[in-house]
Amino acid sequence: MTRAARQPVEGTPFRGTWWRRRGRFVVSHAVLVLLAATTLLPFLWMVLASFKPLAEVEALNPIPSEWRPGNYPEVFRQISFGRYYFNSVFVAAWVTFLQCLTCSMAGYAFARLRWPGRDTVFKLYLATLMIPGVVTMIPNYTLMVRLHLLDSYMGLIVPASFSAFGTFLMRQFMLTIHPSLDEAAVIDGAGPWQIFRHVILPLARPGLLALMVFTFLGTYGSFFWPLVLIKSDPLRTLPIGMLFFDTVYGKQTNLLMAASVMNIVPLIVLFICTQKFLVKGIQLGAVKG
Amino acid sequence: MRRARARTDAVAALAFLAPNFVGFLVFTAGPVLFSLVVSFSNWNLQRTLPFQWIGLENFRELFTDREFWFYFFNTLYMMLGVPVAIAGSLAAALLLSQKLRGMIVYRTLFYLPTFTAGVALMILWKSLYNPDFGPINAVLNACLHAVGLDSVEAPRWLGSMANLVGLHPEATGLTWKYWGLGARDALILMGVWTAIGGNNMLLYLAALSNVPQELHEAAQIDGAGKWATFRHVTWPQLAPTTFFIVIMSVIGGLQGGFEQARVLTQGGPAGITTTLAYYIYNKAFIEFQIGYASAVAWVLFMLIFAFTLVHWKLAAKELNY
Repeated sequence: MTRAARQPVEGTPFRGTWWRRRGRFVVSHAVLVLLAATTLLPFLWMVLASFKPLAEVEALNPIPSEWRPGNYPEVFRQISFGRYYFNSVFVAAWVTFLQCLTCSMAGYAFARLRWPGRDTVFKLYLATLMIPGVVTMIPNYTLMVRLHLLDSYMGLIVPASFSAFGTFLMRQFMLTIHPSLDEAAVIDGAGPWQIFRHVILPLARPGLLALMVFTFLGTYGSFFWPLVLIKSDPLRTLPIGMLFFDTVYGKQTNLLMAASVMNIVPLIVLFICTQKFLVKGIQLGAVKG
Repeated sequence: MRRARARTDAVAALAFLAPNFVGFLVFTAGPVLFSLVVSFSNWNLQRTLPFQWIGLENFRELFTDREFWFYFFNTLYMMLGVPVAIAGSLAAALLLSQKLRGMIVYRTLFYLPTFTAGVALMILWKSLYNPDFGPINAVLNACLHAVGLDSVEAPRWLGSMANLVGLHPEATGLTWKYWGLGARDALILMGVWTAIGGNNMLLYLAALSNVPQELHEAAQIDGAGKWATFRHVTWPQLAPTTFFIVIMSVIGGLQGGFEQARVLTQGGPAGITTTLAYYIYNKAFIEFQIGYASAVAWVLFMLIFAFTLVHWKLAAKELNY
């Protein structure tokens, strides 16, 4: 049977069959490889440049003639890179925890509970998704000035701990869970908190994980807010530290590249570990409410 | 019985919603209204002038502010990358949807720039674009040399005021002298590179897997070619996804350009990479003119709102076939 299927169709030259069966894939693979190369070459150049002596960064040859792994510890000597690392991870971890908590709870209220005015309030949330960040940024800044939270961890963490987008995402996920499940739990005498904690939250785990990664990613790389809020060196997060490094020591391209590599390595690890449910989360987040 | 149930839900709902809703009011809804109110004042954090309510004065000033219109034009110019990136995402998704071997590997690689996007990658691009020593111009010069065009100069990228339409930087007319690739185009290319394999590609991939196979088969039986099948079967099926992607990209584009300007160009040369977002930042956080900056921010918001509304109305007709 399989052998018969492999025989060329009568009257068709063998090459034509091969082309029809494989040629399209060969062309597709060629285009994809080209695209992948375009994507990867800048990263490759960055890694190679980070191992070069400074004099060689401007050379045409991308391969270092002399490998200098010492560029990496040198970054830590010149700026408090470790401190920036810690600040970014610390702030991002807090924001992720708080945002996931508040958003999953609110998402539960919107998706599973019946209360007057629910859809109006939800539309209000949705409407704010359209508002540019700069509109709220200015009043939030003046609020931080008033509360004396400029240049503080609190100022970085608290305003970021609530998100209309996260609430929207969690609601979408929770809507896909079959309602018979919480009805069964109600019959078993469970209250809303037990249902949320033991029925809905475990089932919404893929959505929650996706939100966790998005939030962590967004906070780890966030630029605007820390830039206006943070004035002192020990509180700088990585992006601000990188900007400072670039402005003050900008001629040391090899060290800048080493710092950039160290900046994105945690992200690459995070991505490889989480990509399976991330893709689902991104796709669900776009479904219309 | 029903009433009792509804009441318990309302109490629980309040408890579940409260933490998020308080934050929503304090850090989103409140500030939006506050910024509208402030846009009618001359509030300056440095208190160079006594605080005063000045009505629509900020808006009147803004419409005659040459800088505002120039930066608005810059913002629109930088959005030339939006259709390119969307088409690229769709093409990549079409290629990946063929159930090829190694599809997941490609998808992972393409997504990498989106996932790692930020200041670190922008600093990388700054080096790549270096007109004298950067690898991009090294490759370009080598190519030009190979085809015997040594006299042609490679673009000066981030330091250049050239643009695709040959517009004078002061917007006083079109001159051949400014025709070419410049700072804005460099930022556009970087944006396209970042976005092609990103979220939009994933959305298109999901949408493509939802196109019923029977439709393709039916089209093939009717003798439709590859392009005709795409144009009349696949593309209409993708309409809701395209609608979503266009809205999100345009919203992102109108309020974008801040990081690029701050990290790569400081808005220059001669202000040509200053977008509205960067202008607002400068007004609010460098010059501390909170009132005027809020007015510009609100105009930007209204632009986004108007676009969304129009797009929605037009697409609603198309989508309800």
